[in-house]
Formats: sequence, structure tokens, C-alpha cells
Amino acid sequence: MAQSIPSGDNTLLRETVTIRQIGWLERFLGPDNYRVMTGLLKTPASIIGLFLIGMFIVIALAAPLIAPPVDADDPYKIPRDGFSAEPKPGGTEWKRNVPPLPFWWKPIMKTDQWVHVMGTSQGQYDIFYGIIWGTRTAFKTGLVVTFATLIIGILVGSVSAYFGGWVDNLLMRIVDILMILPGILAALILAAVITPKIGKSLIPTMIALIAFGWMGFSRFIRGDILSVKERDYILAARVVGVKDSRILFRHILPNAIFPTLVLGSLAIGDVVLSFAALSFLGIGAEVGYADWGQVLSFARNWITSLNTYWYIIVWPGLTLVLYVMGWNLIGDALRDVLDPRLRGKI
Amino acid sequence: MITYILRRLMLVPLLLFGVTALIFSMLQLLSPVERTALYVRDIPKNDKQIEGIIKRYGFDKPVYVQYWNWLVGRVDKATGVRSGGILYGDFGYSRSGSQPVADIIRNRFPNTLDLTIWAIAPVILVGIWLGVQAAVHHNGIIDQAARIFSIVGTSLPTFVFGLLMLLVFYANLEWFPPGRLSDWAAKAMEADNFRTYTSLTTFDALLNGRFDIFLDALRHMVMPILTLSYISWATFLRVTRASMLETLRMEYVTTARAKGLPERDVIFKHAQPNAMLPVVTLAGFSIVGLLGGVIITETVFNYPGIGSAAATAATQLDVVTVLGFAIFTGLILIISNLVVDVLYGYVDPRVRLS
Repeated sequence: MAQSIPSGDNTLLRETVTIRQIGWLERFLGPDNYRVMTGLLKTPASIIGLFLIGMFIVIALAAPLIAPPVDADDPYKIPRDGFSAEPKPGGTEWKRNVPPLPFWWKPIMKTDQWVHVMGTSQGQYDIFYGIIWGTRTAFKTGLVVTFATLIIGILVGSVSAYFGGWVDNLLMRIVDILMILPGILAALILAAVITPKIGKSLIPTMIALIAFGWMGFSRFIRGDILSVKERDYILAARVVGVKDSRILFRHILPNAIFPTLVLGSLAIGDVVLSFAALSFLGIGAEVGYADWGQVLSFARNWITSLNTYWYIIVWPGLTLVLYVMGWNLIGDALRDVLDPRLRGKI
Repeated sequence: MITYILRRLMLVPLLLFGVTALIFSMLQLLSPVERTALYVRDIPKNDKQIEGIIKRYGFDKPVYVQYWNWLVGRVDKATGVRSGGILYGDFGYSRSGSQPVADIIRNRFPNTLDLTIWAIAPVILVGIWLGVQAAVHHNGIIDQAARIFSIVGTSLPTFVFGLLMLLVFYANLEWFPPGRLSDWAAKAMEADNFRTYTSLTTFDALLNGRFDIFLDALRHMVMPILTLSYISWATFLRVTRASMLETLRMEYVTTARAKGLPERDVIFKHAQPNAMLPVVTLAGFSIVGLLGGVIITETVFNYPGIGSAAATAATQLDVVTVLGFAIFTGLILIISNLVVDVLYGYVDPRVRLS
């Protein structure tokens, strides 16, 4: 609500009540969103998080400029400089299958020779290309899986809580059963079952992570809905004869959904982590697809000589850590701003 | 207490049915030829063989009949030999490992158990210790360091951490090797005068009085244990810290301080026992986490346990084998969850009365 200073002589009023000035931004965003925004910009941790994710968004959007692909129709294929097994360090000249020179190279380095910026991994896959284009893969998988698991989790959890009784019992026992197996093992199995059917791509892993990823959300929102549905305004809605589906989706959900959405934003980092773990194990896209977990998995055959080939784990590892940390820092700050009662719970 | 345990026990058959049904339904996604690995070792070569196997093992019967067959197996009327039947411990034949799945489990699970037993203590104790320190020195340097550690810890994937450990402690410093045992130790364990009591390498080495083998086995486990632990440390730290802070604000803590008790006693005798309740639940969950964590950890360090076997089988798309491991893991987890729940009911009376 917009406040204005009362007209007339109000020196006395000003002395006792400090009236907060409301800026145009707050008026534009509304008090709640404004609080969230200022909260996010207040702590150094969340600013670092926003900066990291912003940087990754820029990298993902500008991927064709930063690392122009050899084949514009299939940019996610990491270009290979020959086929020899042994990794080569950063700065090695690019000899075979040279991609177009990016615009930023010549002004900085004063040379026309395109090199392997971060070296090549096993099989001469260029690590730099894997990291830059892998950023897109990370955003795609993280957002799709999180969005899908949120929707399923919210639907199951709200139906379960709203109708109660045997519906609740049945759905929650299904959740119990799906949660027995460790998530990574369950996802590993499902991905292995689906992969021969639809071929090696990102999709089997994404389906597996969705299928075994929604239960936490449904349990979480169930608790919130159970408390909201006892409120008087729900009773009032029922008394005037509003339909069940309308009560659930228009009256209850908007008042109970917020904490779950926050939990969801925290989960993007985790999803990308599990996805990278699965492709590290060798489940996921075909060999040579730009994906951080896959770039890291090349290192599995070189653990005895990592002191020479340190760059095959350090660069992709660092990228993955910074990405996940970015989401975690934002999630942490969001959790503190939106809902103090969640502190220390997640 | 007895009614609580009974109530909890009644859930077990339901969970057993749920887990087996879940895994069975994933099996149904396989083609009959792939499913034959449940009963026979060789891939059937021609249509006639496939036809015969489908008839013999009832792959053409209704789903519930197939489920029952899968549970109890099929007894050959002439010879009386049972083939298949997960309830009898026959998980089928691993075509990628060229041996029965049950044999792989028998050979490899002791290694995984060995690793998890040695990992549980550092996981729980170090995590709790860090949390208590952070809460006692609220907003101090230790607290800030713990907060940074917890954010970095949750953002660092286990396999990246594992690879970095290999880079530092194996490739550069050569302190801790990957694998299970050094060659000389593995040879010594195969010798005739080395008796196998438990199949757990560290315990057998101790029971045989071979302290050198015991140390060698531990040396190989240092990196896997650290890799399994650090992620749980971050979670334990958070939960312990929050719970401890809440308890330290209670009035009975103020009373204890007011009557002149030393701060040591206030923290460790009065506050900590009550602050530990949520941590006990977390400890239960962390057993599940450990069994999931071994898949990645064992793969990174070439540790010959059940987790790395599952990962290898999955990459070769040998689904029957992975599902065998999954049933086995599921059974262990159902039992350990039961134990944790009962223990929790014992620790916190409010749970068993609700």
C-alpha cells in the first residue's frame, strides 16, 4: 500500500513515527517481491551466488561466440583433434579438425593460431568446448528435471493431503517405497532399462531423475497443505459450495506452495550434481556429447598419472563446483528471506 | 514399547512387497530374451530356443503368475533343481560378469560392508563435533568457518572430490593408493595359513594377527572413507548446529548456568543429550546415504565392492544384474530402517506414543 506523508503541520508526527519512503522499484515490484530482492542483494554470499549463476547464463547464451562449433548443426559434439588416447596440456596447437577462430582470441593473444585453451582429454576431446557447451546441457537438464519433479511432487502431495483417508495412505506408502532405494541407484537402474529403448541421449537419465526425484517435494508440500486446509477461509469456501478442485488449486495451493518452490530452487544444483554423477558413471549421452560429467569421466582411465594430466579433472571439476555452489548460495539466501521457519531444516 | 515395535514390524511385509513389485515392474520393461538371464546363463540363439524358454519359465503367463515365479523360482520336476527365485537368494545370471549375481554379491559385499563400517564412526562423530563447536562459538570464527565448509561441502560432487584426492594423495604424494590391497597383502591373504573368519578384510587380518595386512587395508580405505564422509559432515553440521542453538536458548540451560555449573558440564551434560534427537534420525538416513554413496566412491577408487560392480553392470546395460543388486540393497535398507526406527523410539519416548 502506498503511503504518503499527511499534509499540514506534522512535525510532531514525524518525531514520533518514522515514515518509510517507498521507492519506485518497491512500488513497481510490490512489497513481497521487493523484500525478496533486497534480501537477495544483502548478504555477500547471495551476491556471489547471483554473480556465478549470471556468469553461467551468459556463457550458455554466448556459447556459439565463445567457442564456435565445427559443425553448426551439431554444436554439442565436442570437437576432437585427432584420436590418440593421451591427454594434451592447455596451450597445445590445434592441428586437425580446427574449429573457426572465436572473435575474442586474436585481440587478446595477437595470433591466428587457435589452441586447446584448457587442453584435451582422453581421445583428444577439447576440454574448453566441453565446458562451454556443457553449460547449456547443465541448464537444460537442471531446469527440466526440477520443473517436472516439482509439478509431480506438488500434484501428488496436494491431492494426498487434501483428500486424506485412503488416498493419502496409498500415495504416501508409494512415496515410502520409492524412497527406500538410494536415489542414485534407482536412477541408475531406470536409466539402464530405458537407454536401449530410446537410444543414448540426455533423455533416459532425465526420465530416471524425474521418476525418483519428486517424492521429497510431495512429502514437503503435504505438511503445509494439511495445516492450510484447516483454516477458516477454506471452511467458508466449502460452506458456499465451491468445487473441490477449485478449493485445492485456487484457495489452498497459493497459500501453501511457497516453501516448496524455495526447496525446488535449492534442488537445481542437486539435480545437476546427480546428472553429472550418472554421466560420470557412463550412463547418459553418447561419448563426446558436451556434458561436464562426461568430460570428467574421461579421467577415470588416468588416475595413476593425474600429476601429469591434472587439467583433465581440475577445469571441469571447478566448473561443476562453481555452478552448484552458485545455486546453493542463492537457495540459502532465498530460504532465509522467504521463510525464517525453514532455517536449519533443509 | 512392544506395541510400537509390533506396529513398525507390520510395515515390513508391505515395504518388501513394494520394493519387489517396483523392481519386478522395471524388469517387465525388458525384452523376454534379456529376461532369460534370470534363469539361464547363455543368451538363447534362435527363435526355437527363445520359444522354449518363454514356455518353460512362463513369460507368456499373466503378470501375477510371472511375479510369483520370479519370487520363488521354478523347480524342474525331473531333477528337483530350482532355478531362479529371488526369495531363495537366486538373483539370476550376470552376463556382463559371467557368473551368478548372487556370487558377485557374496564376493564383493564384504568389501563394501568393511568400508561402510569404518566410515560410519567418522561420518557421525566428526559431523556432530563440528556442529556442537559451531553452536557453542555462535557467530565466532569457528562458526563462520563451519558455514563456509558446509556450503563448499554440499557443492562439491563426490566424484570430483575423489578425483582431487587421487590427484593430491596418490599421484603427487603417493600416501594412499586406490584399490583394495597391495599385491603382497592380497597374496598373503590367499595363502593356506590365512584363515577366513568374517570375509571382512580388516577384521580377518586382525583375527589372524597380521597387523601389517590390517594397516595396508586401512591405508587403501582412507580416501574412500573421507569421500563418503565429507558430504554427510556438512549435513550433520547444519542439523546439529541448529538443534544445539535452539537447546542452548532453553530455560533449563540458563538455570544450569545460574546455579554455577561449569560451562563444560552445561554444554555436554545438559544441552547436548537433548539436542541430539534430530541427529539420531539423520544418522539413520545417513546409512541409506552411505549405501548410495558407495556406487560413486567405489568406482572412483577402483574399490572392488558391490557399488562399483553395480555401476559397471549398468554401463554395460546388464539390467538383470543391477536389479539383483537393487533387491539386495533394498532388503538391507528395509532392515536397517527398522532398526533405526526402533532405536529412535527407544531414545525418544514421544515417537512411540504418537
